[in-house]
Amino acid sequence: MSGKFNFSNRKYVVGAVAVIVTVVYIVRLFSLQILSDEYKKNADSNAFRKEIQYPSRGLILDRKGQLMVFNEPSYNIMVVMQEQLGVDTADFCRTIGITEEEYVQKMKEIKARRNYSRYTPQLFLGQIPAEEFSVFREKLFRFKGFSIEKRSTRRYASALAAHILGDVGEVSEHDIEEDDYYQSGDYIGKLGVERSYEKQLRGEKGVRIMLRDVRGRTQGHYKDGKYDKDAKPGKNLTLSIDMELQALAERLLQGKLGAIVAIEPSTGEILCMASGPTYDPNSLIGRDRGKYHKILKNDKKSPMLNRAVMGTYPPGSTFKITQALIGLQEGIITPQTTFPCSRGFNYKGLHVGCHGHSSPIALVPAIATSCNSYFCWNLYRMFGATEKYGSVQGGMTRWKDHLVRMGYGYKLGVDLPGEARGMIPNAEFYDKHIGHAWNGLTVVSISIGQGEVTATPLQIANLAATVANRGHYFIPHIVRSVQDGQIDTIYRRPHYTMVDQKWYQYAVDGMRAAVTSGTCRGANLPGLDVCGKTGTAQNRGHDHSAFMGFAPMNNPRIAVAVYIENGGFGATFGVPIGALIMEKYLNGELSPASEAKAASMQARTISYPYYE
Amino acid sequence: MSYPQRTNPLLQVDWVVILIYIALLTFGWFSICGATHEIGDTDFFSMATRSGKQLLWIGLAFGMGTFLLMLDERYFDITAKVLYWVMMVVLLITPFLAKDIKGSRSWISFGSFNLQPAEFAKCATALAIAKLIGTYGFDMTKFRCLAKAIGLILLPMVLIVLQKETGSALVYFAFFLMLYREGMPGSFLFTAVAAVLYFVISIQHAGIQFPSTLTPVGEFVVLLLTWIFTTGMLRVYLPQTDHARRFLLWGSGIVLGAWLASRFIVPFDVAWVLVGMCLLMVAYLFWHYLDTRVMRYLYIALFALGSMMFIYSADYALNRVLQPHQQSRVKVLLGVEEDVAGVGYNVNQSKIAIGSGGFTGKGFMNGTQTKLKYVPEQDTDFIFCTVGEEEGFVGGSVVLLLFMALILRLIYLAERQSTVFGRVYGYCILSILLFHLIINIGMVMGVMPVIGIPLPFFSYGGSSLWGFTLQLFIFLRIDVGSQNRLTSR
Repeated sequence: MSGKFNFSNRKYVVGAVAVIVTVVYIVRLFSLQILSDEYKKNADSNAFRKEIQYPSRGLILDRKGQLMVFNEPSYNIMVVMQEQLGVDTADFCRTIGITEEEYVQKMKEIKARRNYSRYTPQLFLGQIPAEEFSVFREKLFRFKGFSIEKRSTRRYASALAAHILGDVGEVSEHDIEEDDYYQSGDYIGKLGVERSYEKQLRGEKGVRIMLRDVRGRTQGHYKDGKYDKDAKPGKNLTLSIDMELQALAERLLQGKLGAIVAIEPSTGEILCMASGPTYDPNSLIGRDRGKYHKILKNDKKSPMLNRAVMGTYPPGSTFKITQALIGLQEGIITPQTTFPCSRGFNYKGLHVGCHGHSSPIALVPAIATSCNSYFCWNLYRMFGATEKYGSVQGGMTRWKDHLVRMGYGYKLGVDLPGEARGMIPNAEFYDKHIGHAWNGLTVVSISIGQGEVTATPLQIANLAATVANRGHYFIPHIVRSVQDGQIDTIYRRPHYTMVDQKWYQYAVDGMRAAVTSGTCRGANLPGLDVCGKTGTAQNRGHDHSAFMGFAPMNNPRIAVAVYIENGGFGATFGVPIGALIMEKYLNGELSPASEAKAASMQARTISYPYYE
Repeated sequence: MSYPQRTNPLLQVDWVVILIYIALLTFGWFSICGATHEIGDTDFFSMATRSGKQLLWIGLAFGMGTFLLMLDERYFDITAKVLYWVMMVVLLITPFLAKDIKGSRSWISFGSFNLQPAEFAKCATALAIAKLIGTYGFDMTKFRCLAKAIGLILLPMVLIVLQKETGSALVYFAFFLMLYREGMPGSFLFTAVAAVLYFVISIQHAGIQFPSTLTPVGEFVVLLLTWIFTTGMLRVYLPQTDHARRFLLWGSGIVLGAWLASRFIVPFDVAWVLVGMCLLMVAYLFWHYLDTRVMRYLYIALFALGSMMFIYSADYALNRVLQPHQQSRVKVLLGVEEDVAGVGYNVNQSKIAIGSGGFTGKGFMNGTQTKLKYVPEQDTDFIFCTVGEEEGFVGGSVVLLLFMALILRLIYLAERQSTVFGRVYGYCILSILLFHLIINIGMVMGVMPVIGIPLPFFSYGGSSLWGFTLQLFIFLRIDVGSQNRLTSR
């Protein structure tokens, strides 16, 4: 090899780097360990202790500024394992009211924690209210190794809105892994807005850097507190919920399974959101949280499920409004188009039943009387328009795209955890499950909100809001404002559907006619110009009763959806409950007659044999 | 012609490396016992403890080492490319399979235990690059060849950065040391060192102004360095010309004049004068390049221009490109931010722990600082703390010397390889080891930024241990093959 291309001497450079680094590091080690006394002194006599300062969690108010959630002082009992030897456990357990088995169990749990150290305080028992605490405080000196830490507990002003507000609980291992902010023993929002607005509510922990000696005794602030940081309290939330309306909604749901959602169409703000059955949020705080949590979890009626956003149901006839709009936009029907209805849809041996009304029938009266046949024909024609869409699949895809833009089939994006997306089948779904031999007839039941179609009550309310706005909606949301800040821009931007504004007038006319002369006559409130649509959804048991509506017809201020499981006809439960909600919100109070109606509605219970 | 004798590779393996390896593992395991140990609890072998688990990883690592030695060394050469690309695909899909652990998506779970593919990608990259450079006709001084080699290094870096594991990605810079050994122009290394110097100085001294001027010290010094380096390069690379002397003379005059003007007439931002001067230098060199077509003028002009651009982009890079936690680590290290509660807390605690060890240490399992869990990550990235605290200066030095001996021995082995493939591979792995050593121990002693990479053979964790064992034993096997060929010839 020629000298020019032989770099063999560079091995000495590489070797020299290794030797120099080693020597430099040994010198550094020497200076740290032998020359400098500073670090040694630090370790021998003093060490830092970071004392966490816990911020107070943000308050939650309703849209009128009424306090819904606040904080109350409470105490945590901490234990340093190394020092707690020789405690009279019997006395200790009696004082704080636990059994000795629970004590042993607790100690075991503490030792199993991931960052467990026997020299630092570990959380023994949390969230003990002040009144239960005074006895323990008096005896504290007897229990070596135990100490107290002041924290706060969430309190709920009323037993209402449990699903919306949610709760807080101790962070899980998973939470700690996800986010460096948390340490074991911290609290975190578990459900509801407590969870979805956790980052705003929690504030920011502060820290005091204390010097301490070998025995852990605090000597004072490090550098006179130069590096201390104060805790920043959490931001307050103002919800869009109207507590009086919420109270009425929850009252009307008593003894029933189902949900009520009301939205302000011009903003997308949720005015009330009730889910039945519900529970008292105050039961999920403090020491007994675990016990009640278990009871609620094991209840077959799933009281912790927020049916308004997590429940998916066949939307039934409320869905026909979407079908009318799609048909008009696609040119499948005109407002003048009539279809025959001979007590139902009869074609090629398929029969979908309907009730008695005049025939043939045009669009507006078809909505008013909720004619099944009309909408079956509409869908059958659309899926059959292969010259327009290329194939049945093409028609179906167009149909699905329309519905997705109306807010169906995907999560709307409400600011609550656990939202369900519902189901809007697409062509691939039927190709897979039926094979390619399907057509408009095979799937015709989706046109009346049955079959594979499901939606959440929130999506149904959102449809009512979209019609109220004549073609656009704002993503429904529960938080109206965050202290010193704005809500996310996604909640302030209108979403337009693929249907022209002009077609919406026919949907409005149909829904108005349903109230004046059709299936929703029970909602015809004088002077409020209510528009509505019933739904009666078949399912394995008794039919579900549904209603959606908005009022007033022009410049609507409220859109509402009611869904009562196994409630029978839409007119039985859906219509009267929806009417009461609208009346209460628009008039501010119920008339004496309506008050009586509300009382009887509250008293009516539905039995659910398969949940017992 | 005789075929190489098929003797048992276990008997021919380089026992010096094996002994150092075993010594490091043993020392490492005892350190983990010390770091994770709770007083009153002496069961180091229970699988519930980290020391017990690490013992299992060590056992498996021995098994893997033995297995590697039994393989035919030609497998490594043949499969190098395939292994590399398979590994790249694994790296690419890892972020999609991995769950988010403290902001990084680099760990794939298999039930209760996790593997970090990035640890194994180093080995695959080393093999692939050794294969490339070992190919007949490869010439480091040709741009195409060098670009290919650098491409092989950059690809896994980018993929690992995508997993938000910037620390592990930085390790791939170690390969440049190997490239240097294989003939990459030394000016490349010089440029890299200059870049680091610029970065550190400009960030560290951004806040204070140079006396009697309105110029930040960092900017002033770095521009001055640009001038000095450029002059120096002219002196080294074009010694027969007079440019260097001219630059030195004119430059000193201009800088002094500007400073005096700012001092006695009216204070102004001297940086503008320096920038102007540097630009004039660049123009002058470029003009000479056009005139004489000597490429060196162009290179030096580009170096000067690049230096200036770098100064003004370093600040941007720090504040925009790095993640906030990395920014603060860099700033704490450079002394821009003093943050005793946050990142600085870790380093400070770690220094206290080491410092308290003294000459002979507090003895095995007697360390109080690590026991009290003052030091975070004490059994993984900060394991050297425990060594320093419990075994003192003596133990710490022994560990450093063991690593040095291992690296020097590996240099010796690499140099005696009969193939370029073997030599390059050897340099790859020893460069990686050296890089880990510099960063990890430097960070624990507070002289390097806190970059979360493990100390080879010491830090708790299977991925790291197996990754290094794999690298080491593949090299040992290649070495045995190389010795066989030499003796049979």
